Amino acid sequence: MNATKLETNEYNLYYGNFHALRDISIYIPEKKVTALIGPSGCGKSTFLRTFNRMNDLIPGVRTTGLVNIDGIDLFKIDPVALRQNVGMVFQKPNPFPKSIFDNVAYGPRVTGLRDHKKLEEIVESSLRSAALWDEVKDNLGKSGLALSGGQQQRLCIARALAVQPSVILMDEPAASLDPIATLKIEDLIHDLSEDYTIVIVTHNMQQAGRVSDYTAFFYTDETRTGRLVEFDETKTIFTNPHDKRTEDYITGRFG
Amino acid sequence: MISENLHTVQHNDPATLRNLKLRTTYQNVWFSIMWLAGVITLLVLLLVLGYVIIQGGKTLNWEFLTTPPRGGLSGEGGISTTLGTSLYLVSLTLLVATPLGVGAAIYLIEYAGEQSLTSPVLRALISIANFSVETLAGIPSIIYGLFGYALFVSTLQFGWSLLSASLAAACLVLPTIIRTTEEALLTVPDDYRRGSLALGATKWQTLYKVVLPASLPGIITGIILSVGRIISETAVFFVTLGGSHRLPSSIMDGGRTLALHLYYLAMDTNAFDKAMGTGAVLIILIVLINLVIDIISRKLTAKVRGG
Amino acid sequence: MRPEISEYNYQASPFFMDGDAKPMKKHGGVEHQMSGRIIADKTVKYILFISAILSIVIVLAIAFFIFQESLQAWAEIGLSDILFKAVWRPGQDQYGILAMIVGSVAVTFGAILLGVPLAIGSAIFLGEIAPKSVQSVLRPAVQLLAGIPSVVYGLFGMVVLVPLIRQVNVPGNSGYGLLAASIVLAVMILPTITSVAEDAIRAVPDGYRSGSLALGATKWQTITRVVLPAGKSGIMAAIILGVGRALGETMAMIMVIGNSVVFPKPLAANPLTFFFSQARTLTGNIAVEISYATGVHESALFATGVVLFALIIIVNASARWLINRQSSIQTTRQG
Repeated sequence: MNATKLETNEYNLYYGNFHALRDISIYIPEKKVTALIGPSGCGKSTFLRTFNRMNDLIPGVRTTGLVNIDGIDLFKIDPVALRQNVGMVFQKPNPFPKSIFDNVAYGPRVTGLRDHKKLEEIVESSLRSAALWDEVKDNLGKSGLALSGGQQQRLCIARALAVQPSVILMDEPAASLDPIATLKIEDLIHDLSEDYTIVIVTHNMQQAGRVSDYTAFFYTDETRTGRLVEFDETKTIFTNPHDKRTEDYITGRFG
Repeated sequence: MISENLHTVQHNDPATLRNLKLRTTYQNVWFSIMWLAGVITLLVLLLVLGYVIIQGGKTLNWEFLTTPPRGGLSGEGGISTTLGTSLYLVSLTLLVATPLGVGAAIYLIEYAGEQSLTSPVLRALISIANFSVETLAGIPSIIYGLFGYALFVSTLQFGWSLLSASLAAACLVLPTIIRTTEEALLTVPDDYRRGSLALGATKWQTLYKVVLPASLPGIITGIILSVGRIISETAVFFVTLGGSHRLPSSIMDGGRTLALHLYYLAMDTNAFDKAMGTGAVLIILIVLINLVIDIISRKLTAKVRGG
Repeated sequence: MRPEISEYNYQASPFFMDGDAKPMKKHGGVEHQMSGRIIADKTVKYILFISAILSIVIVLAIAFFIFQESLQAWAEIGLSDILFKAVWRPGQDQYGILAMIVGSVAVTFGAILLGVPLAIGSAIFLGEIAPKSVQSVLRPAVQLLAGIPSVVYGLFGMVVLVPLIRQVNVPGNSGYGLLAASIVLAVMILPTITSVAEDAIRAVPDGYRSGSLALGATKWQTITRVVLPAGKSGIMAAIILGVGRALGETMAMIMVIGNSVVFPKPLAANPLTFFFSQARTLTGNIAVEISYATGVHESALFATGVVLFALIIIVNASARWLINRQSSIQTTRQG
């Protein structure tokens, strides 16, 4: 197993009085793809947003327990700096109403990069890494909103890569895409895992099986409080799960 | 893959931290300026309200409210007849504008959809009607005054009277009533309509028994908004109502509203104290109206949330 | 998760049907019995239709009457003499409204200069920065500011602002004039611009904000680089609506601008003394003189109304165009 990139210990999250996540302890390895799966409402997306502190933006959210990145307490890092290192791709593609170039250059620009030559380099390499360069290289001035759904999502991935993060969080990145666009995204995730630590939330069992190295299974009961049931290598989870609930979920008995 | 010589971003890298500090400082400065803008806006309100209420409060007493103004350069007397005229004018205007405005809104929301499917002429008329409501909402009140003067005061020879003034004011508040009623109708779920129609009710029965009751609070909000508009309005009445300080005894009589009285006191007399007193009464009325609207809309949102 | 739930409810509703239900159609026999109800239904529909059409009638009537009453002035004085001559002396049959056009434009410009930064700042503050508790105080305050009668603003201007401005030592400065009028007008357009601009800011999809923040932008960078550009048509529309309100304001202007029919110009060598100059607005011209005017004079006042009407229609149409553009841009709205 690779070195640990992200870890949580006895991590709890509350929305006001509602206990959304209970006692989550997990080690997420570096430069691997880790999938978070589980029935809807189990808190896996909320858990994902812990790592770039997007939950901070929701009023009434409290947390307890430890979350580390590279062994440093994540809550001691300024969230703005943290988000430069931990990128995120959202469920629905959300390119800005700007040109493709300006979308990708957005991150470097907000951190103060003005040099147009450097920006061009970053835009090109990010679009290449996101497997979008060949489709858009002649139209970098076109609005990001004019692309197809699958292209928009790859643009959002390129936009995240341009900031040069070490971690990329993906919240059901293919949920709104057609099967062909989904396959492209999955191939891309596989390629990116050589350089990045990727944590992906997915609803789709087959997708988790195809793209991830490790899988964490979250589960919730009537209390709606999410718990981590099992975390292991993906092939173990899919072929030989330890927990009955994992097995039931994998084999499609609920969820 | 991304080449190594590009700037690497790490959350504990000194360059990143310096850059972050700069950006945070910048944000703090600008956020302070935005806070200042908000505070100034609030202070402006408090200044105007506070000044008029405190200065006007000195004049304000039961006698001021219940004695009629006696005219003259020193602005003798109170404001009783102007309160009465305002009340008459509000009632007359709403009597005309409410049925027309609510009716127009019902048609534009509930019937326009089905009509436009069948006839291109109707479809065009409906879009022109929507456009007209928008246009009416943007026309300044002095234009309504001018129109009222030309049509009601001169051409129809109603003279400077309650009738002329309330007809002109009805045109003025019509778009307000139409728009708020439309919004209220749009919040009624389609299931209500389908449920009633499925039980064999006609469209009008459905509207009358199901949709209108459900949107009543919204419609009332529109009417109260219009009350505020009429109480505040001056330009329209300045050119259609005359300026007599006596209480009108019929709809063909002229008069002066509270706001108009304030104008005459400020411009034609030295009685700034009486003008301030009148201003304080106006502001108290407007604050009360806003409170009532606030209570209704609070209840509305509570109901929507509740189920 | 939420969309799934609402979709479920929709389909599970016992009343759900495709399209408009016409339950009576199939039962010919029953229809006969119901005819009374159905006639009532039809009658009501026509009555409602007439009320809906009334707005069109009113707009046309306003345009018609004001234009018709102004015909005499256009014919006897002439378009260019009305629009481009600065002398308005009804006693000598001189009816140029250029001074009033300049007065209206100058006071509107002053109000925009003073009011827009404050209004847009307040809108950004309300929409993006203020904590909930502060919003719940400031938003009703803005609403109340919009409700205060214009004569009250005018009175406040006369009693507080005018004496204050009179303190400035410029020859011929009476306190009444463009500066006092601009300040009063700035306060009056503040709530309009603030609330329309705030709506535009709130209408920007949240996905843009979270997208920007997730890339390591600060909240302020997110506001200036994503939110404001995405809402810019709506914000422009807010400003233009403010211009429309400013051009149309009447009573408060009469009360503080001095009303003398002079062509506004600097009172001294310093060009800034322009703002101490008295002036008259188009609206003020109509209101002050209409009650005693007759003949050509009256018609010239209607001509002033036509000019004002035309200006307002242009201003409001461009605001509406911008608002429509804004909503068509934001079709990709996200939850």
